[in-house]
Amino acid sequence: MAVVRVRGPLRALAGGRGEHELEGPTVLELLRSFESRNPDTRGWILDERGHIRPHINVFVDAERGAEHTPVPAGARVEVIPAITGG
Amino acid sequence: MTELAVGTKKGLFLLEGDATGGGGEFGISARAFAGEPVDYALRETRSGRLFAATTSPFYGPKLFYTDADPAGEWQQATGVELPAGGEQTLARIWVIAAGETPGTLYMGADPGVLFESHDNGSSWQLNSGLWNEPSRPDWQPGGGGLCLHSICTWPGDPQRLAVAISAAGMWLSDDGGASWRRGNRGLNPRYLPEADIDPETSALCVHHVERSRTRPERMFMQFHGGVYRSDDAGESWTPIGDGLPSDFGFPLKVDPADPESAYLIPLVADMDRVMPDGRVRVYETRDGGASWTPRGDGLPAQHAYLTVLRQAFASRGSGPGLELYFGATSGELFGSGDAGASWRTLAQRLPPVFSVAAA
Repeated sequence: MAVVRVRGPLRALAGGRGEHELEGPTVLELLRSFESRNPDTRGWILDERGHIRPHINVFVDAERGAEHTPVPAGARVEVIPAITGG
Repeated sequence: MTELAVGTKKGLFLLEGDATGGGGEFGISARAFAGEPVDYALRETRSGRLFAATTSPFYGPKLFYTDADPAGEWQQATGVELPAGGEQTLARIWVIAAGETPGTLYMGADPGVLFESHDNGSSWQLNSGLWNEPSRPDWQPGGGGLCLHSICTWPGDPQRLAVAISAAGMWLSDDGGASWRRGNRGLNPRYLPEADIDPETSALCVHHVERSRTRPERMFMQFHGGVYRSDDAGESWTPIGDGLPSDFGFPLKVDPADPESAYLIPLVADMDRVMPDGRVRVYETRDGGASWTPRGDGLPAQHAYLTVLRQAFASRGSGPGLELYFGATSGELFGSGDAGASWRTLAQRLPPVFSVAAA
């Protein structure tokens, strides 16, 4: 079991909760689980191809992760918008 | 009272005012999606529903709607996505148009896709006929992406549709969108070698198309270098750009009461997308494009190098009281309540304007 932390509109769409305990051996599977448990977030983190959107960053225990990064039990997985603007 | 829904780089602005009244700016009545790019917004007049299409740099394109206070909660429309597990993703929503049957709406988006809704825009389905068009793998995007930006319904006949895609050209349907064929005869893409032009396969960068409501076979097109008219419902096109200071531009409007009418906002050229001579002018034809008249009374006449984007030109009403509105990337908004005879500045210092719709 890992803890997925979301903020901003993702938190609002996920029932107002910022932390979600979920199972998933990799970042991608964990995020699929998150969207499945919180259907209003579907399409916000993962695109139609099933990939993490380009400007969404994921950190596993404070280390930058990618889709296939393993998620150890008890990990804290942060989903954070990237730095962008204009 | 006229309401303008203005999509900007930093949110949706609703403005209200009287187009026919004296001078003065329209008032901002509401702002929503603060900080978010709102690519397109529309008050659908049959249902009264307000739509806003956003493209968050983080979360992708989304369509929202509200039937209540625009400063309050919005609902996210469902089905606004491409088939899961494919190789493409929805990149941007470009336009929404009312269909000819109650509750039906169409929506154009990048990558060259058409959606339709039969519940006033709450839920949407991808038009499979266009999505599965065999030539799709060969379609090329324009500079703004592979955008389906113009949707022309046929008054009273929901089976007849026309859409324009940059740069996949014109597409026509006679069966409600089940199947599509090209409508590009006569278009001259000056950005291609002449010997290579093929109306069936060439990349045709259509910028905007409008259909006459009173003579539906009459259509006007702003092309990427070229202005055209069709008198056979989009099957073929005749150039009508002579008399304009430039035949490059993006938006186009027509007077619904006059099939001979069209309004354009020319820019210098594709390599210099600002108003010619630093003067803000709208060009009007009332003879099907045989002649063009500049309309600039009340618009900035010097040192005004503005850019007006594809969806940033709107109309309301018809005839001598036709209201026209356009916004620029400079954040200025202009309007006319007398079919372009006179203009006034309605807002200044908005964020860059992406779209304008009037209701």
